[in-house]
Amino acid sequence: MEILVALVIAVLTACGVYLSLRARTFPVVLGLTLLSYAVNLFLFVTGRLVLGAPPIIEAGRSVYADPLPQALVLTAIVISFGMTAFVVILALRARAELGDDHVDGEKEMRR
Amino acid sequence: MIPLLLAHLAVAIVCFGLGRTRAHWALPVAAVVPAITFGWLLTQAPDVLDGELPTTDIAWIPQLSLSITLRLDGFGLLMGLIVSGIGVLVLLYSMPYFGRRDDLSRLAALLVAFAGAMLGIVWADGLLTLFVFWELTSITSFLLIGFTDRVPAARAAATRAFLVTGAGGLCMLAGFIILTIAGDTTTISGLAAAPPSGTLTDVALVLVLLGAFTKSAQFPFHFWLPGAMAAPTPVSAYLHSATMVKAGVFVLARLFPALSHSAEWTVLVGGAGLLTLLLGAYTALFKHDLKGLLAYSTISHLGLITLLFGIGTPLAAVAAVFHIMNHATFKASLFMAAGIIDHEAGTRDMRKLAGLWKYMPYTAVLAMVAAAAMAGVPLLNGFLSKEMFFAKTVYLTDQGTLPWLPVAATVAGAFAVAYSLRFIHDVFFNGEPVDLPLKPHEPPRWMKLPVEILVVLCLAVGVFPAWTFGPLLASAAAATLQTGLPEYSLAIWHGWTPAMAMSLVALGGGAAIYVVREPLIAWHERTLGRIDARTAYQWLEQGLYRSAEVLNAVLHGARLQRMVAVVAVSAGAVAVVGFWGHGRLGGDSPLTPVDPVSLVAAVALVAAALGTVALHRRRFAALLLLSVVGLIVALTFVKFSAPDLALTQLSVEVVTIVLLLLALYFLPARTPVESGSARRTRDIVLATASGLGAGALTWAVVTRPQDTLSGYFLANSVPGGGGTNVVNVILVDFRGFDTLGEITVLAIAAIGIYVLLEGLRLTAPEQDADARRWSWDVHPVIMATFSRLLLPLALLVAIFVLLRGHNLPGGGFIAGLITAVALITQYLANGIAWTRSRMGTRLNPLIGIGLLIATLTGLGSWAFAHPFLTSTFTHVHWPLVGEFEVASAMLFDLGVFLVVVGVTLVILLRLGRLHDLNRAPADDTATEEED
Repeated sequence: MEILVALVIAVLTACGVYLSLRARTFPVVLGLTLLSYAVNLFLFVTGRLVLGAPPIIEAGRSVYADPLPQALVLTAIVISFGMTAFVVILALRARAELGDDHVDGEKEMRR
Repeated sequence: MIPLLLAHLAVAIVCFGLGRTRAHWALPVAAVVPAITFGWLLTQAPDVLDGELPTTDIAWIPQLSLSITLRLDGFGLLMGLIVSGIGVLVLLYSMPYFGRRDDLSRLAALLVAFAGAMLGIVWADGLLTLFVFWELTSITSFLLIGFTDRVPAARAAATRAFLVTGAGGLCMLAGFIILTIAGDTTTISGLAAAPPSGTLTDVALVLVLLGAFTKSAQFPFHFWLPGAMAAPTPVSAYLHSATMVKAGVFVLARLFPALSHSAEWTVLVGGAGLLTLLLGAYTALFKHDLKGLLAYSTISHLGLITLLFGIGTPLAAVAAVFHIMNHATFKASLFMAAGIIDHEAGTRDMRKLAGLWKYMPYTAVLAMVAAAAMAGVPLLNGFLSKEMFFAKTVYLTDQGTLPWLPVAATVAGAFAVAYSLRFIHDVFFNGEPVDLPLKPHEPPRWMKLPVEILVVLCLAVGVFPAWTFGPLLASAAAATLQTGLPEYSLAIWHGWTPAMAMSLVALGGGAAIYVVREPLIAWHERTLGRIDARTAYQWLEQGLYRSAEVLNAVLHGARLQRMVAVVAVSAGAVAVVGFWGHGRLGGDSPLTPVDPVSLVAAVALVAAALGTVALHRRRFAALLLLSVVGLIVALTFVKFSAPDLALTQLSVEVVTIVLLLLALYFLPARTPVESGSARRTRDIVLATASGLGAGALTWAVVTRPQDTLSGYFLANSVPGGGGTNVVNVILVDFRGFDTLGEITVLAIAAIGIYVLLEGLRLTAPEQDADARRWSWDVHPVIMATFSRLLLPLALLVAIFVLLRGHNLPGGGFIAGLITAVALITQYLANGIAWTRSRMGTRLNPLIGIGLLIATLTGLGSWAFAHPFLTSTFTHVHWPLVGEFEVASAMLFDLGVFLVVVGVTLVILLRLGRLHDLNRAPADDTATEEED
């Protein structure tokens, strides 16, 4: 299972980086979203892979998944949403002001 | 001492507050504090001279054993008297000098603030205390040099002075920190008691010397001081001759017992001092501007003091301390005299000035006495300390070292005599003045008085040194040396010593140089005068700016793609360095077996992610595939025991996709092909490398055994936080402060978005990418009806999730997102107008209320004398429901809930409203009616 997780994170990162390097705003937003999936998953699995042991205290159980990365990632997910929203709106505003959705703005400004 | 320093600050603020209309009050008000300080110092003088050490020690950051440590020893007393005494005189002098100008409140405020900062330096015993005041003097000096801020040259000079002294100050801070570590003490007295040694100390020495040399204008950092003459003359008299430039040599004196034992000290301090002494004395002769002459003379005298400290014997240190005081008196009076000449004759150019003796004989006499002191003429204070210096050089030669040092010293002395002669002869004699801007006459009474006081002091110390100044010098020198005083004599006449001979040679030589000055000046201006340290500085400065521009263009140009690539490559480089030399990639933990469902999910995720990339030109399809990725990520959280994360991811996914769909409406549906195949190949290589790196890192982490601090949270969640859902307890209790920060960030993002959308106008497309016309009939009846039915149910679920969050998966974040999704569904299914008419439009307050609730919950614990965000809980019996737990953290979670709901709705609804605004009006009414 570990190799599978590493593979998934590798693919998500690669796809995220590739799309972040595109020239138009929308693919960049998609890329950032993929990257944040990868980062969140990575942070999450630093708590190692634990099956069927959610960190909810029950009498008579002693194995629990690590709650700390989970708490970190939970807020990270919500913050990622805030960031994605901000970037998206920025892209819209740029399009309205510059008439183009290229990441560097107007055609005249690009060489 | 602290109240006095605070008084300086307070009066500075008061002066500043006087503004333009009451500016004439500023200087008299400002003069009060230095006067009080001077008086207080006099009352302390008997005790200090008896060897007492009034000390103030206030804890600043006790955890770092940092404190504000002030100590009044003999040297601090002497310097304090100079700072406050000359401060009073300069402020008195400024009143007639400036007359009625309306920006005097600023000047007075800065001068008092500077005086306070300078007193802080001379009284400081803590190294960092000294540094703080040191920087304050740099800042006030910057503001005072640039006081006439309409003049570009003044601004440039101010910046130059600030950059040089500021950079030196930072070096000195580094040096102080190293000294603190090497000497295991934070105070100067501690360092003096146990001098540190070793390589660290040598590094610290160089850094501290950089600070001292830049401040005291030592070669090769001397060039800022002539530029600083752009300041008004009273400021030059005070800061740039008598006090601030002495801060550097003052630090040399303070660290003399701790650092002067090394050979590096002798070479660096002595070398810099000697070069500065000669260079300053030589250059001063060729300056046509009175203040320029005085500036280079100041540089030269500072070099002399530095050289004396560099020689490093106790006697030399005594001479240095003596010369600090003497130089302050005669140079301040000379600056004031130059100010009088400038004020009454309208120019400071010695090529125009001449024969002023006829017009202002009284001023001329004062200036002559002060200039004679500067030249080292017997019966004046400058003679005494200069002769001590000559004697020291002879002593060194007798010891068999530096046989040429007396020659160099005599040459410097001769030049000092020559430029002093030029100052007097060119200005007051030498024929008749040529077209002066003003008709010169004696200055007003109050302008002469400060000069008179200083000149009388020069004479008194020069004639009766032991009687006037002996005890104070003894005490100051003893404080500098921290050991017994050496044998020295303050008499005016020591017999026919070599030093006396050197003095005579210097006087004669100086007169000779002055006689041949005209061909000498012509020769200098053809040759050496063309070299200017400022040129080197400007070259350095421009080089710095240019290289910054080049670097910026490479790393941070106008091309975002390149910037992202640079970030990716840098991250990769850091990762490679991190991986290097760590042996095997994988660890030894037993692996979890793969089950078929997980395998299928992983394959689907990989396929969807790759599909997102492959289809990214067809944006809608890419977005759908992206949502598949998000859903599988949520499933991954389920699989690996993170129900809270799965719920969060699931609801965020819905909100994100809705957001992206809304945005996509206004963006082109297709991405054009722009990158060439070379660029694409480069990106693929970069992306693959990043992916491999991330995968390798993950593999390395998850196959190694874990060392976590989560045991604490698991053990204390129920007894300490009163909840069994550890993740939620961490969020709202253990790490509640973090969560508060995070919801604040969310709120800020929402405000940013709100502002960005304000006044945004976008053209809505008429048709989609496949040339199909948009249909406005987007609210199918079945969906609309069902969504209305679902709303109460969804809200109920949200409340349930919120309430149970402390013990079972759920909580404020998740409940907030569910609520947002439920409400947004109404907008999607029923249209904006319909929903808004039922829900109101003002959602922004929700965010504020949520933040307020969360913060107040945190503050509430103060009422019970507990730290911020301490939580408590209790159990109540609720009829029908049963035992029910109430935790204060739940109130906090309610705040989180409200913020999340508010933020999500504000973002999506503001964006949704754009659709409304940009729609064709005819279509709009049609839709509204159908709703």
